[in-house]
Amino acid sequence: MGPFLLVTIQIDLYDRLALNLETDLVNMVHKTGARGVLIDISAVSIVDSFMGRILGNIASMTRVLDAETVVVGMQPAVAITLIELGLSLTGVHTALDVERGMALLQSKLDPDEELANDNDNDVE
Amino acid sequence: MITTLSKDNVSITREQDVVPFRNRVKEQAVRIGMGLVNQTKLITAASELVRNMIRYAGQGEVRIEVVSKGREAGIRLIFSDNGPGIPDINLAMQDGYSTGKSLGLGLPGTRRLVNEFDIKSTVGQGTTVTILKWKNG
Repeated sequence: MGPFLLVTIQIDLYDRLALNLETDLVNMVHKTGARGVLIDISAVSIVDSFMGRILGNIASMTRVLDAETVVVGMQPAVAITLIELGLSLTGVHTALDVERGMALLQSKLDPDEELANDNDNDVE
Repeated sequence: MITTLSKDNVSITREQDVVPFRNRVKEQAVRIGMGLVNQTKLITAASELVRNMIRYAGQGEVRIEVVSKGREAGIRLIFSDNGPGIPDINLAMQDGYSTGKSLGLGLPGTRRLVNEFDIKSTVGQGTTVTILKWKNG
């Protein structure tokens, strides 16, 4: 894992839980000095405007603490719905799955290494 | 001509009611064979509206109906509350407009996700929002 936090959201969150996640994660980044946060939402069946805002907040807040956030595993139906709803998750890095998300975080930490290893389709 | 095949009332009094309510909607959508993308759109729309209800009115009730028109089946959701009401519906339906601390996507975004959308509101009396999503809509 290295200097990254991996968070897997296993259930659909109501608003209070999502806000708690935001606070806990930001505290955790501060406490551990993590350089990246990977949020796996593959088990999340809907992302509405509130959840979208929380993901955006987490990305902005961790960035201020010098950690990048990548959201991975979004289901296709969720992606379709998000865009029609009008949310484009601007400022939030996304990747198809955990593996690619990790590669993206690694590349942000060490851009030179990424150049040497990068031979698959990039996610950005 | 839209026929109502079944109805089910869910009362919403607190935030924790939202996830079970979404599951009830999903059950009905699955029952009529709605595909995953339309299910997700419907449930996301429902989630936006139920949040508005809690935020502005504190509580309310949602009626979940299975409806049909000819051979097409669909789900109709009617959200009613006795909250403060919306003074200017046209303004509330604009993208980016919000009196609360949200992104202002709720109402206009919700309308894009469903096939039919109707809102009635009287200041001081409450708001009723009706949405309908056809199985293949």
